[in-house]
Order: sequence, then C-alpha cells, then structure tokens
Amino acid sequence: MRITTTVNGTEHEVDDVWAGESLLYVLRERMGLPGSKNACEQGECGSCTVYLDGEPVCACLVAAGQAIGREVTTVEGLATEGELHPVQEAFVEAGAVQCGFCTPGLLVAAHDLLERVPDPSDLEIREALAGNLCRCTGYEKILDAVRLAAARQARP
Amino acid sequence: MRGRSGHSGPSVSTDAGTRPATTATTTPGRIGDSPLRPDGTLKVTGEFAYASDLWHDDMVWGVTLRSPHPHARIRGIDITEALTVPGVTAVLTADDVPGENAFGLEHADQPVLAVEFVRYEGEPVALVAADHPETARRAAARIRVEYEVLPAVTDPRHAMDDDAPAVHRPGNLVRHLQLRRGDQSVTAPVVVSLDVEVGMQDQAFLGPESGLAVPAEDGGVDLYVATQWLHVDQRQMCLALGMPPEKVRLHLAGVGGAFGGREDLSVHVHASLLALRTGKPVKMSYSREESFFGHVHRHPAWLTYEFGAERDGTLVYARARVLLDGGAYASSTAAVVGNAGTLGLGPYRIPNVAVDAYGVFTNNPPCGAMRGFGCVQAAFAHEALMDELADAVGLDPVTVRQRNGMREGDRNITGQLIDSAAPVAELLQIVADLPLPPQRDADADLRALPGSVGNTTHGEGVVRGVGYAVTYKNIGFSEGFDDYSTARVRLEMTGGEAVATVHTAAAEVGQGLITVEQQICRTELGVERVVVHPKNTAVGSGGSTSASRQTYVTGGAVQAACVAVRDVVLARAAASLGREVSQLRLDGEKIVGASGEVLTGLAEVLGEDAVEETREYRHRPTHAIDPETGQGDAHVQFAFSAHRAVVDVDVELGLVKVVALDTAQDVGKAINPDAVVGQIHGGSAQGMGLALMEEIVVTDGHVRNPSFTDYLIPTILDMPPMQVKVLEYADPHAPYGVRGVGEPPTISSGPAVAAAVRAACGRPLRRVPIRPEHITGT
Ligand code: FES
Ligand code: FES
Repeated sequence: MRITTTVNGTEHEVDDVWAGESLLYVLRERMGLPGSKNACEQGECGSCTVYLDGEPVCACLVAAGQAIGREVTTVEGLATEGELHPVQEAFVEAGAVQCGFCTPGLLVAAHDLLERVPDPSDLEIREALAGNLCRCTGYEKILDAVRLAAARQARP
Repeated sequence: MRGRSGHSGPSVSTDAGTRPATTATTTPGRIGDSPLRPDGTLKVTGEFAYASDLWHDDMVWGVTLRSPHPHARIRGIDITEALTVPGVTAVLTADDVPGENAFGLEHADQPVLAVEFVRYEGEPVALVAADHPETARRAAARIRVEYEVLPAVTDPRHAMDDDAPAVHRPGNLVRHLQLRRGDQSVTAPVVVSLDVEVGMQDQAFLGPESGLAVPAEDGGVDLYVATQWLHVDQRQMCLALGMPPEKVRLHLAGVGGAFGGREDLSVHVHASLLALRTGKPVKMSYSREESFFGHVHRHPAWLTYEFGAERDGTLVYARARVLLDGGAYASSTAAVVGNAGTLGLGPYRIPNVAVDAYGVFTNNPPCGAMRGFGCVQAAFAHEALMDELADAVGLDPVTVRQRNGMREGDRNITGQLIDSAAPVAELLQIVADLPLPPQRDADADLRALPGSVGNTTHGEGVVRGVGYAVTYKNIGFSEGFDDYSTARVRLEMTGGEAVATVHTAAAEVGQGLITVEQQICRTELGVERVVVHPKNTAVGSGGSTSASRQTYVTGGAVQAACVAVRDVVLARAAASLGREVSQLRLDGEKIVGASGEVLTGLAEVLGEDAVEETREYRHRPTHAIDPETGQGDAHVQFAFSAHRAVVDVDVELGLVKVVALDTAQDVGKAINPDAVVGQIHGGSAQGMGLALMEEIVVTDGHVRNPSFTDYLIPTILDMPPMQVKVLEYADPHAPYGVRGVGEPPTISSGPAVAAAVRAACGRPLRRVPIRPEHITGT
C-alpha cells in the first residue's frame, strides 16, 4: 500500500506499507521521524501522541491507511525555524524532562491544552495530561512546565 | 545510521551555556548550581535517539520466541517451516550459541536460549530475523516446539519443602542470610508482631528494551543498547559469544528509564547472534507485553516481624523472617537478600536482633533489581509494626520513631558504626511540621475526590488519614564487592575556547548523570564548555547505574581525573610563571593567583596541546558479613528519608485519593538541587504506586496482566502535590560530601501511604498493593 501524508507541513510518500502498520510505525520506521514514542503501542501511555488534522490522537491506534491525505503534526513539528516552542522551552527549563521518553507525547498534549485553555488551572492540567504516563518525574515538574509555558504565552 | 544520542561519534549536543555567567571569572554551572541537562533540547525536539529509534540502511528485525509454560522439558524444536517464510534471514536455537550458553549478573545460570528445560513463562527459546518485524513474528509462530509440561513450583512459601520439584540442582535455596546480635533470649513487657505480604512490582520504564547490533569487519560486533552497566553486559556477552572484549563493543543508546530493570541482559546476546549469523545490522525492540517478560521484577515478599519494647516504646529486640521469591534464575537475588537482611529492620537502634532472610527459586518470573533493592519490601513491615508499637504504648507515630531512631555514632544491626549523619528524628520532625493540606471543601471538585470523575462520591463516606514512614538505604555496592568507576578527562583549546571532554561508561538513564559530570568538570577545571563523550566500552567501567551510586562513585572518578588534569596544567603554568603551584588555581579559562588576580590565560598554557588523564575511583571497602551472625561492615554509606502521606479514603468503596505526599531527605550535598528534587518526586511516585496499585499478578506461574491496561502506574491525576525538604549533612568520606539520592524516596513513600490508608479506614491492611476489597473488608 502507498501512503501519502502531510507531516509537519511536508508531503511524505512511502510505498509497500503492510496494511497492519500503524501511523506510529510508519512515522518512526518509514518516514524517518522517530520523535513520537512507542512505550506501549496499545493506546495506554500517550507517548505516541500526534495531531491528526489538528486533533491529538494516539498514533499507535491509527492505522497508517487512515492517515492517507491527512495532516499530521509530530513533536518534530512543534519548533519553528529552529526556535523551540514555549512549551518545549518550559519543559527543559522546569526540569520536566528526565529520561524524556514520555516527553514528545506530553508536549503535544500540553500544546493542545494551551491552545484551547490559555490559562489552565492545576486540575485542568491534570485532566488534560491524564492519558500521558511518565515514570520518572512524579509529574510535579511537568505541572511546573505547563504553568510556566502558560505564563509565558500570556505575556504579550 | 540514524541517531544522535551516543553512538555516532561525538555528536551529543552538550554545550553548557544554559545560563549566563554572573561574573567574569566564576564559571557558571558548577556543583551546587542547577544547570539544565545537556540533552534537554534534543529530548523536546524528538531528535534524541533512544535505543528503539535506531535505524540502519540494510537492517533486519529480530524477535524472540518465548516459552508459554512455567516449567517444561523441551522434547524437540522444528524450525523448518519458519525458515521457509519469505523475508526470513535466520532462525536460531540453543545449538547456535557459539560460546557458553549461559548468562547472569551474579551467577551465569540462565541459558541465552533454552536447552532441555524452560523454567518460567517467557523464557527465550528461539530467535528469528526477518526484513519486517511482523514477518519475523509470524515466522516465530511457525517454529514448532514440543514441550512436556512439568510440575511447577509457584508458591515460594513451599519452594523449600522436601517434596517441591527442584528448579535447579541442588535445590531451591538461593541464599539464606542469618543475623544474630545481642541476647537471643531477652523478653520485653510490650510485644507486637505481624505478617506482611508485598506484591511483585514492575519497573515499568517507558522506553522498551531495544538494541541495534552491527556486525563488524573484524568479525566482532558493535551493540548500541539501552542498559545500566555496559561493562557487566560486555562480560556476559563475551562468554556467550565466545569472543574477547575487544570484539564485543558496547555503546549506550538513549535510555528511556531503567530503575533496576536494565541491569540484566535483554536483547544483547540475541541481537548480536542474529547480526553475526546474517551479516546484517539487527534491530530488536520489545513490545510492552514482551517487556513484562523480558526483564526481572521486584521480588514479592512474605515478612513476619516481632518487636519487643519497654513500656515507653524503646525497642528491646526485633525478630524477623523475610522470604523473597527469586523466580527461575538467580539474577541479583542474593544481593537483594543481603539488603533485606542487613537493613530490613529500618533506621532504628535495636540491641537484640534475630533476622532470617531467604531468597528462593521458583518457576515464577525471575526477580532482581528494582529501585530500593530489598529495603522496599522490608520497610512495609517495619513501618507497619512501628505504628502497632505506637498504639500499644500510647505514643504517636512520629514520637515512637524518633525515640528509636538511629543517630550518628550508633551501630546498626550488623554492628556497623554509623559514621556520618543519621538525622532520623530531624527528618521526621520536618515532615511532621510541614503544613497539612486544607480540609476538603463540602463542594470539592470531583477530580479531587477518591473515584474522581467516576462520580462515585461527593464526599460522603470519605475519611482522611495521615501516615508516616522513615527509612535508610545503603548507597553503592556492598558486602565486599569491588565497586569502582573510571573517568577520562581531556582539556584543550578548540576554536579559541577551552573545552573539557569527559568520557565515562557510566549509564545516563534519565537521572541526569551527564549534567553532574559537566558540573564537576566546570568546578574543578574552571571552564564553561564541557562535552560529554558518548558512553561506550572504549573507556574503563563506570560501574552500574544502580544502588544510587553514580554521583558518588563516577562523580568521584570524574573529580579525580579533573584534579589530575588540573595538576598538569598548573604545574606547567607554575614553571612558566615562576610561581608555586599551590598559589595557583583555574577559573574562567584563566590561571588565577591567590588573591584572584589573573596571571595568564589557559590558552597560553595549553597552546596546541591537549592534557588528558584517566582515573579510577573506589569508595571505602565493604566486607562480607559473618555467615553465622550476619555481623560486619557490609555497607559504605547510608541515606535516610522520611515521608508523610495524607489520603482521603472512600471507606465504603475502598477508593483512595492521595492528597499530599511530603518528604524530607538528607542528600549530603546536592550537586544539582533541581535534579535532586526531581529524583525525589519520581521515587516517591513509584513507592506510592506499589502501595496502591502496582502488581504483576502471577497465578500458577503465568503473568495475568502484562500490559499498561492491566498493570497500572500512577498518572498525573493520581499524584498529589509533594513538598520536598532537602538536608545537606556532608558525608566526610564521599566526594563533595554527597550521599546517594535515587532510592530512599521509593522506600519510605509507600509505607507512609499504607499507614495513612490504615489510619483512615481502621483496618490492619497487611498486604500491598492495597486493593479496594482490603479497605472495605469485603
Ligand atoms: S504508544 Fe501509543 S499510547 Fe502508548
Ligand atoms: S521523563 Fe522518563 S518517563 Fe517521563
């Protein structure tokens, strides 16, 4: 099967995709974009979170064929022109990254939250990120990072 | 090959420069500062190459066929059909292992691929390489293995019975640690006792076991892998591959968490065997389900404890029996028994002691290292019993612990002198004095209640409870192990700028060791730019990233190598300046005199030369314990922490919401204070997970929940806010006074949570993880 998808603004075309492959597999193994992670491939951890036509989804649960002709944004597409997005910057500065395996998915989820709710309460942050597991940080510094990013984005 | 985390030359972006210099002459990002991690930017842009991200032009995929039975004899293996699947390039069995078909951390007792017997569900039996992972999986399913199912030992409490089948010859005992101290016939006016059971916990690191093995022209192999200790892997691989170390080169790929679960081999030998057979690079990466079978777990434990005390709560004696299920192979069970036995009564002064700790073989999944290593299980018992004692003598839980808490100058139960700070009473006081969370509002948000948006309660039936726990843990390897690390440091001018390069084989697994290595170099050499060389076996061993030891031991090696480099540089400067070496120091790329005056530049002294030195660092030796009495100086350093947990429990439904989890810990010296707090947060979460939700359920030798759907780890909704207080009582025996940080929080948090739930529901709760039915008693 041939898959043509726009990823991070660039059209990608790959051939010989087996019908059982997920969008995550195709991104990671066929398109050279391994930023989205594969911690469970069962829709439980959120490490594979990407935008599909602007909606955050678990890329491991999307069949590659479902992404044909659609727009995907991955963690690799959050920075623009080499400038980190404020959410990315905040994760580094707040110490929200240890091993970092959860980070790509959390960044997309936090990015989406701040698009929808520019000044979220702690409970809103917790609810929005409840589908993203992190085993290293206990989440305290992830909360710090989202608060920091929100504060920075609020500044004109 | 694609990937940038430590395998494609010095391409890790490790530029310092994360915070501006505050003065012209003091190098920023030294020890005590909190510079940002050098791999942070790569990790937030998705460019950091974890082991599972590696990719090579003509690579093929390897998969493992594993045993479906906990115990069986292999009557035959037929690979013919698998070999006919188009795309398959190799199918290997035990016959294809060129060296010794054995590996193991402490004893090489586990076959690389099963021969004759399989001893646990998930034991590797055969390997397949193919051009697509799905092809390889389908081919593996077509390997016909004829098993004769054998009776299995699945209840460790009966593993040593006379009629129990032997998992290994000569029997099922891995280690019995016997400890006797003081008067064995002493009695006491107050006696409390209990039995506690601890379930099997999983490390649940997020990055699956993965590696890429690349066959080399010299007939050897380069393996890029996620691990905790490159050199112990190399030793085991050499044995199995029948090759000398110079042909088995390991490179650390990006590691997505470890927590003990990467101390034992996973894909290492398997991927290398397939690469050597096919002549192609081979990638192996476990699914989450396979990961549950692909690494050792925390030992489940059965503990029987008794304390005798005076009427004022002062401990007179303690008796304990600890049983740990080691599963089918030895892994690090003997050392875990060592910890559970020598440290298993907690940080208390107890004059008369009898402890028997056992590790046994069964046909359950192998157990080994996990953060807290033997102390975690024991802490649930000694802390629950401390609360019983408090009740029996009419004291509060903090006072009874403070009254018995260890102090510097005491001897612990193996007779070892506690020769640096032991602030048990102070840590408890700190957590007791921290502000408590506000009482729950009558109209509390559902998300703040037990059951959350399940809408199970609006506050009715919800009771608040508070619990305390304290612990101590050995840092570094114990019982006479030759525990050391190696560091190579190089200083040179590059493009007009002084650059230090630090090369160790010590695994960065997420904890931030690479930041610490940079900080030490900046402190000792006075240069801002420090490059962390990719970690590999081209330099001497860095020891294990476990036992909370890396900042201490590898930190000590980096410091020693820096000092050696600095001595060379200053000696040169002294000669050319005509000054005494003792009057010179290095700072801000300058040679500075006694009163801070700049005498010359580092550039002038170094010229075109690079100065490079390699040093090993060993902590003070530890010693084997006496086999009869368990007495001896088994450990080199102890770290202490205390937790206070506050919970809301729906006592009708058995649901728990942890409202606060506060802690105090002595870290000796915080090299990177922000990273220290991050370790304490994460460690506390793992301890809480064991208390409330995390258990690998094993019935009749079969794992029932090998997925994140059924094995639950704390989410951001489960975790409460955490107040963390860090004490810095320098250990005079350790580099910079550091004390290991990573493990203590995992040990004291769980028992504090369990105590808080007990306080709320009024039931004894003698098993963790605590399930709703334990709370409701139904
Ligand atoms: S990898 Fe997709 S949710 Fe875990
Ligand atoms: S930082 Fe390791 S899983 Fe989140």
